Parts: sequence; structure tokens; C-alpha cells
Amino acid sequence: MHIEVRNLNKNFGDFHAVRDVSFEIEKGHLIGLLGPSGGGKTSILRMLAGLETPSSGDILFHGKRVNDLPPQERGIGFVFQNYALFKHMTVYDNIAFGLKVKKQSKEQIRERVMYLVELTGLKGFEHRYAHQLSGGQRQRVAFARALAPEPQLLLLDEPFAAIDAKIRTELRTWLKEMIERVGITSIFVTHDQEEAIEVADEIMIISKGRLEQKGSPWDIYKNPQTPFVAGFIGESTIVDNIGEFKGFEDAASSPGTKALIRPEYIEIGKPGEIKLASATLPGIVKHLHFRGSEWMVELLVGDTKLITYRSLEKEVLHPGDKVSVLVHRAYLFNDNDSWIAENTLKVDPMPIHI
Amino acid sequence: MMRRLWITLTYIVFALLLIAPLVKIFTGSWADGLNGFVEAITRPQSLHALMMTAIIVVVVTALNTIFGVMLALYLVRAEWISPRMKRLLNSLVDLPFAVSPVIGGLMIVLILGPNTVIGAMFEDAGFKIVYALPGMILATLFVTFPLMVREVMPVLQEIGAQQEEAASTLGAYSWYTFWKVTWPSIRWGVIYGVVLTVARSLGEFGAVLVVSGNIMNKTQTATTLVYQDVENFNVVAANGIALVLAAFSVGLLLLMEWAKKRKEVH
Ligand SMILES: Nc1ncnc2c1ncn2[C@@H]1O[C@H](COP(=O)(O)OP(=O)(O)OP(=O)(O)O)[C@@H](O)[C@H]1O
Ligand SMILES: [Mg+2]
Repeated sequence: MHIEVRNLNKNFGDFHAVRDVSFEIEKGHLIGLLGPSGGGKTSILRMLAGLETPSSGDILFHGKRVNDLPPQERGIGFVFQNYALFKHMTVYDNIAFGLKVKKQSKEQIRERVMYLVELTGLKGFEHRYAHQLSGGQRQRVAFARALAPEPQLLLLDEPFAAIDAKIRTELRTWLKEMIERVGITSIFVTHDQEEAIEVADEIMIISKGRLEQKGSPWDIYKNPQTPFVAGFIGESTIVDNIGEFKGFEDAASSPGTKALIRPEYIEIGKPGEIKLASATLPGIVKHLHFRGSEWMVELLVGDTKLITYRSLEKEVLHPGDKVSVLVHRAYLFNDNDSWIAENTLKVDPMPIHI
Repeated sequence: MMRRLWITLTYIVFALLLIAPLVKIFTGSWADGLNGFVEAITRPQSLHALMMTAIIVVVVTALNTIFGVMLALYLVRAEWISPRMKRLLNSLVDLPFAVSPVIGGLMIVLILGPNTVIGAMFEDAGFKIVYALPGMILATLFVTFPLMVREVMPVLQEIGAQQEEAASTLGAYSWYTFWKVTWPSIRWGVIYGVVLTVARSLGEFGAVLVVSGNIMNKTQTATTLVYQDVENFNVVAANGIALVLAAFSVGLLLLMEWAKKRKEVH
């Protein structure tokens, strides 16, 4: 289903929870709604489902305004954060609920439910109640129940929040496959960026009720359009005195400019290890943290603290070691503008404005 | 040592307060043998009073169940009632707990009695409220109203609205959702509320006495008949009726225990 949202607002009393949100979603896409807690993600989802009335703005499905349509008639499936399974019904009856409402025949219902039970790997659990299932199984029942009446839009509110980290990775791969196989337009909420990046075709970043940016995960990572997005996606350190860094002297020309530097933008080496010596800064290793597959290195460059990663294959560093630091690029921003700047001593001196 | 003593003392007090009267009622009603007991409860006024009580219990329980569940649903779920209005209604529900039943009955007489504007209007239409069955039902309803609402509201709050919202996204409208999703969760609470309402309306005295005028063979209930028998030193008869009421109460108590257990399980 093609979805369009125009200038959507939601007030709870005098609290403005969703501010002027507009977006469009193509048929068949899987969208991740990502953002910090309390940002308004659930509120947006609930308005799409018709469980909450927008204070203003339009919601269009297939180009038709559905604001006044009750949830029963919107043709959506909703998977709640804590699944909200009907607790006095078996797995079978949970999945069959939407079909019984439609007054389908017993055989039709049986066929569809068994197909979904098979699809979601719940065979043998049809006669269990919700409290007799594991978190992952409940999640799949909720998913099957939402899919049963063949909705045109699937909304998932933090579908993996209540599941432990290991099964979570498994489940989200499964969910992505499942959604691709069914070919249904889907929106899922998460505050785990790794999850959003891995699963979604497109990500929408929501913060304080605003849509900060919408785009493919790669696009958002590469070209963050607001300082919030730059800081939110990936790890980064804010550097106030970027003008004093080698290769970023231009930044000092516009006062108040700060920088966000990601660990992967920084290269370090023992003196002499890095070829472009003229572009490097001297730094001191402050702490080392073992991160399973690499070292996380805390550096001091002048008074500024930076963070980067170092391969386990390279020579082991120790706190207090002197190192050369090469900053490849930085995300610069001030009150008026934001852009990505490459190290001028390393490459072409023109920064890319976006 | 001290604790033992206190516990024993508590038991003795309870035994004196509960068991002793029951034993007394029992022996009292059998003072003239089986015949005395049968005669006491088969007097025309006894049969009439028991029937009045039965009618009141059935009607009040039915009304209280329907309106109590409805009000609980509105107070917990309805979005079109403002939070301030909800708070006001919520505290109004507790009014009968705070007001003495006699005062409650008096309020009905003062508002709907034959000397008031509204009461006179109904009377002209041939519909007597005070000193008649409708007033007695109204008075009992007033006294029992909080019981159902207070049983059902916490259950509704605890289960939350999400299962109902899930049902609505699956295409179910409110009636279907209520019976298939909400009802199975609240039914034990409702049954518990029904038992409480039956027990309370069976034993209600003060409010009914004021509203009914206690006219024999007309507006007399089992409890007000006991009162009158005692006044007339007809102790055997009073004990006989009291025994019938007590038997019902014990039955209800057992039912209540059973419902409470089920309520906790589900
Ligand atoms: N029914 C409500 N009444 C009042 N305020 C509400 C209501 N629902 C949500 N809010 C407020 O609106 C804001 C957005 O809430 P929402 O649930 O949409 O956030 P979210 O992005 O889903 O957060 P989370 O990631 O923690 O689930 C929050 O500040 C919340 O307190
Ligand atoms: Mg949320």
C-alpha cells in the first residue's frame, strides 16, 4: 500500500508530541522508525493505525484520506510492543481472530491459520496459551495474528524489545525474510540503530516529535542532514576546537563551528607508521578497552578526547604511548549550516557542501 | 507469648460476635420445635416479605451488573470523557459508601416522595415510587452501586486497553470485542461483584426501612419483618426469618470464596 502523511501533528493536552511530520512510503517497502525514547514513534504508528486521532494533518492510503476511518476499516496489521496476545485464547484462536470477525468459513480459517502456523514455525504449539510460550514464540504469534486477515500495511512497535540479544538477531533476519516473502508494506519502530540499519530499506529518524531525516541507511550514515542525525547514527565525539586540527583550519573561518568525528574517520599509528605525516597530529593513548574483535582506543590530542578502533592484528598499544593521529574527515556544523569536510592536507581542498 | 494471647483473644471475640448469634438464632428458631419454625416462615406476611426481598435482590443485581460494568468501562476506557469529569464521577461512585444508608433512603424520600414535585408527577401518572417497590429498589440500588464498579474497574485497568486495540485492528467492533476479549478477563470480577451485591441487597435494612414505610404485606422485606417481629416480642418468628437469611449468607460466603479463587487464577 502506498502511504502518504502530510503535516501530521499530535497534542496530548498542551504537550506537542508529534510536530509537522510529512513523508511518503512506496508500496512494498520496509521502513524503520528510529529515534530516542519519547520521540513520538509510537504516536505516529498509532495514528497510522487509527488508534489515535491526529490533532491536525492528513493520512492518505492509496491517495485516499483515511483520517476518519476507524482502525477496523484501515486494512492494517499491528504488532504491539508487548504483543497484546488474547491471553485466554490458544495460539490457534489468536491467529484465527481476524478471520472469524470476517465470518470466513471454518475450512477457510483452518487453512489460513495452518499456513501461517507453518510459515512462522509454530507447528505443534497451536493449542498452547500465551503464557505457555517463550518471548520469541509470542512475537511470532503476534506477527501471524496481524498477517492473518491479509492487511495491506503492517505496523510493528518495537517487535524485538522484549527478546534477548541473541534470539533478536535471528528473529529480525527471519522477520525481514518473512516480510519480503509476503511483500507487504511495513513500518517498524526501534531504538536500536543496528537493527534499523540491518533490516530497513529506508530509515526515518524521529526526535522530539520531528522527522529529522528519511533515507536509506547508507545515505543517512554518509550524509546526515542535521547535527542530531550525525550524532545519533554511529558513534561520534564532538570537537569544539576543530579549527586547530591539521587539515581543518578552514573551519575556523566561520565562528562557532564544531565537528562530529566518528571513530572510523580516525587513523592512528606509531610515529612513522602513517604515510601522510604532514596531515597528522601528535596524540597520547589514554586508555585501551578490549572490545572482543578490536581495541577501542581513547586518545588525547591537545586537550581534546577522541575515540577510535584499532585492529588486533596491529602492534599492541599501551596507555601513555605517543601516536600520530590522522583525521580523515569530520562532520562540521554551526547554527546556519552543516557539511562534511575532508582533511585538506590529504585530498582535494574543496569540502563537500550538502 | 504475648502474641499467642492476642491471637487467642481475637478468636474468642470473633467467636462471640459471629458464632454465638448464629447458634442463638438457630436454637431460637427451633424453640417451639419444627412446627414453630415452619409456621414462622409460612405466615402470609413472611412469604410476602421473602418474595419482596427476592424481587429486590433479582432486580437490583441485574441493574447493578449492567450499569456497574458499563460505568466501569466508561470510567476506565472512554476517551470522550475528560479526565476531570472522570475524577468527579469516580468520587461520586463512592458516595454510597460514605453516606449512611438511612440518609440515602431519606434523600430518595425527599426528592421523590409524594409531597415533592417529581413524586407528585409520577403519582399522577399512576406510578408510586416512595412507599412502594420502585423506591425500595432504588434505595437498594443506591446502597449497592459501588460494589460492582469497584470490583470491575481495577481488573480493567490491570488488563489495559491493548488487547482491545489489537482486536480493533483485526476488524472487530466494540460489541464483538467486549464479549470475545474483555468479558473473559473481567467475568470473575463481575461474578464476585454479583455475589457482593446479592449479599448486600439481601441484608439491606436502613435505606429500605425509610423508603418503604414498612407496611405489612405491602412493602415489607425479610429484614424489616424481622425488625417488626422483634418489636412485637415474636422472637421465634424473628429467629426463623433470620435463619433463612443467615443460610443464604453462608451459601453466598462459600460462593464468594470460590469466585475469589477463580478470580486470582484467571
Ligand atoms: N496518551 C498520552 N497522554 C499524554 N502524553 C502522551 C500520551 N502518549 C504519549 N505521550 C507523550 O508523547 C511523547 C511521545 O510518546 P511516544 O510513545 O510516541 O514515544 P516513543 O518515541 O514511542 O518512545 P519510546 O521509544 O520510549 O517508546 C512522550 O513524551 C509521551 O510522554
Ligand atoms: Mg514507543
